[in-house]
Amino acid sequence: MTDHFSMKTLYNGESLPLAAVPLVKREDFLQGIINAVDRGWRISAMFGDGGADGVTLYAVLSAKSDGVLGVMRSRCGDSFPSITPYCPQANLFEREIAEQFGVKPEGHPWFKPVRFHRPFRPGRDAWGRDASERILPGVTDFYRVEGEEVHEVAVGPVHAGIIEPGHFRFQCHGEEVFHLEIALGFQHRGIEAGLIGGPGPRTVHQMETGAGDSTVAHTWAYCLIMEALAGRRIPAKGEVIRAIALELERLANHTGDLGAIAGDTGYLPTSSYCGRIRGDFLNMSAVLCGSRFSRGLLRPGGTGFDCSLKQADDLLKRLAAGRADLFNAVDLIWTTPSVMGRLENTGTVSIGTATELALTGPAARACGMAMDVRQDFPYGIYQMSQIPVVTAKSGDVYARTLVRWLEADKSLDFVEEQLRQLPGGPHRAQIAPPAAERIAVALTEGWRGEVCHVAITDEVGRFSRYKIVDPSFHNWPGLAMALRGQQISDFPLCNKSFNLSYCGFDL
Amino acid sequence: MFKAILARIHQKHRTIKYPAEPAVLPELLRGYPLLNPDACPEECRLCADACPFGAIEAGTGKELSLDMGKCLFCTECTGACPQGAIAFSCDEKLAANRREDLLVSPGCERRLVQALEARMRSLFGRSLKLREVSAGGCNACEADVNVLSTVGFDLGRFGIQFVASPRHADGIFVTGPVTENMREALLKTYEAVPEPKIVIASGACAINGGPFIDSPEAHNGVDGLLPVDLYIPGCPPHPITVLDGLLRLLGRMEEK
Repeated sequence: MTDHFSMKTLYNGESLPLAAVPLVKREDFLQGIINAVDRGWRISAMFGDGGADGVTLYAVLSAKSDGVLGVMRSRCGDSFPSITPYCPQANLFEREIAEQFGVKPEGHPWFKPVRFHRPFRPGRDAWGRDASERILPGVTDFYRVEGEEVHEVAVGPVHAGIIEPGHFRFQCHGEEVFHLEIALGFQHRGIEAGLIGGPGPRTVHQMETGAGDSTVAHTWAYCLIMEALAGRRIPAKGEVIRAIALELERLANHTGDLGAIAGDTGYLPTSSYCGRIRGDFLNMSAVLCGSRFSRGLLRPGGTGFDCSLKQADDLLKRLAAGRADLFNAVDLIWTTPSVMGRLENTGTVSIGTATELALTGPAARACGMAMDVRQDFPYGIYQMSQIPVVTAKSGDVYARTLVRWLEADKSLDFVEEQLRQLPGGPHRAQIAPPAAERIAVALTEGWRGEVCHVAITDEVGRFSRYKIVDPSFHNWPGLAMALRGQQISDFPLCNKSFNLSYCGFDL
Repeated sequence: MFKAILARIHQKHRTIKYPAEPAVLPELLRGYPLLNPDACPEECRLCADACPFGAIEAGTGKELSLDMGKCLFCTECTGACPQGAIAFSCDEKLAANRREDLLVSPGCERRLVQALEARMRSLFGRSLKLREVSAGGCNACEADVNVLSTVGFDLGRFGIQFVASPRHADGIFVTGPVTENMREALLKTYEAVPEPKIVIASGACAINGGPFIDSPEAHNGVDGLLPVDLYIPGCPPHPITVLDGLLRLLGRMEEK
């Protein structure tokens, strides 16, 4: 049994009275996180909450060995000692707390804005910027390597392809990248600030579009939160449809990534075929709800659409065709030496680095970390029907490609099995409004990895704080590390092998 | 090599026949809204109250209408109306040249996209290069624009191409509500496109802010920042909706 330190534990998708969350001394809070991380817990969320009367820090940690989550909190004041030097996975969380609430992590080794916006508490700017001063995205100190023949390459925010904006700075020596720094925030839409006082009629639509290629993963986490706060379970059929939708989302995106990775090695057959097959999986989501991105499909209490036997039959036929096409297209990768030569030993991340940064999803599993929310903190139908966790060892582009392929295969099996045994009965239940003064935590496994939502309600059941952690929040630093010592020309390939979300990070 | 040829045979030629033949669309697609105000009881505004984004007008002294520029095609209204006065059809043709043409009301004539004027059409009609700018987009609009360049749709066969630099482009294709942090980059990209140029606002966000309407961190879309030549509604628009809008703008659908 894992030591619970000062934390109160709960299971994924549960809620607690807020009063049950231990309020500990600041030093115990910070030391507690360091100790827990040393024993194999990871930080799923760490965030601030509060207003003019001060800030409270919350930590949500997860222990996969026991399948439990731990929460604790502490009053903060105007600053707190940074734990990033001892616990690198706290890096972005501490900077985010500073940016949102104006409390400074003293001694943070890399203290820069995360999303470039005004603090939630007016006048409390952690960088001392005046309220009249414009905050410009990407305008910050960048790490520079000096020396003869060292040069800097700056890319973005607008990139060459049809992709989201971000700014990348490479410190290069000839072709070799010494260091890559990634500045984001261009997509910031103010989602977390806007959720305070919610939920409202717009909330579910913002959950669907926070990271719009992960609609199901994020909306499912939101649904789990709402159901935990209402103390209600949902009908079995709703659970099954949600899981089918999540695995279809994974299939579409993994297929797209497999094609894009092949494309960046210059191998067009797999790239062309997967580009189309990805659309076939998106169309399967549209069979369920009319939207290729599952908009409107998940709703608190169940699903917005039912799945008839006719739809299930249609999906089974499409899945069989999709499986045959995907096998055929991806098999070419493994038997083409010119592709394999580009994938192997490119963009390697060690398991040590992956663990320190708390990478998640396929990026972590490609380094040999056997972690998957569906298995470790099962929710919904995954409590009954398990999906095997797949890992690879080498931590390079090849490993990230292989993990995607194996996961797609497992998802195909899973969706077919679920469609063959669709439960009867209703797909949605009415749920009560959120209970007052509670905290709820929900994790789901999106196609990029762990999605974490945390809600805290006030005395009338409105959100006083709603925290969203997209898997990309953990994984962007992993991409930066993967580039060290690589040729700059390998960046597109490394980037595709992670395929991280800009808007999910920027919120 | 032999294996690659066998795979090529297995995968077949799969480019859709559209627009020569109608596109195959999902049965449940939520396309052009159908309004039936005759079914509305006096002063009923259940649909208008149910819409989270203020896309519907109804009730006292108001004719039932729906603004496709604000609509996410989300079914909150259809679920709220016991009379079935609002429904979404499977009709994918949603795009329009003018913002006001996105307003659907039973008395109003439906205006599909009109082709560019003769000079612009002679320049762009057979070759249109676009620079995509995501300005706060959630990657759904972006993904379903990207898909047009795959072999499934083969956008290149219409002479339309998304290019890597604004200097190579004839216009910009904007997705997202235009976040404050992307405003300057969007305007600079527009400036870098040589004249004459067009602007396309694709998706509910780019038209009117979408789910992020009135966010203090975003600008409710492209209007007010740049002159828009084509609006493509949807959250996100189906690829065929985008393609239909582009082809009509270039006058390529008239003979169909």
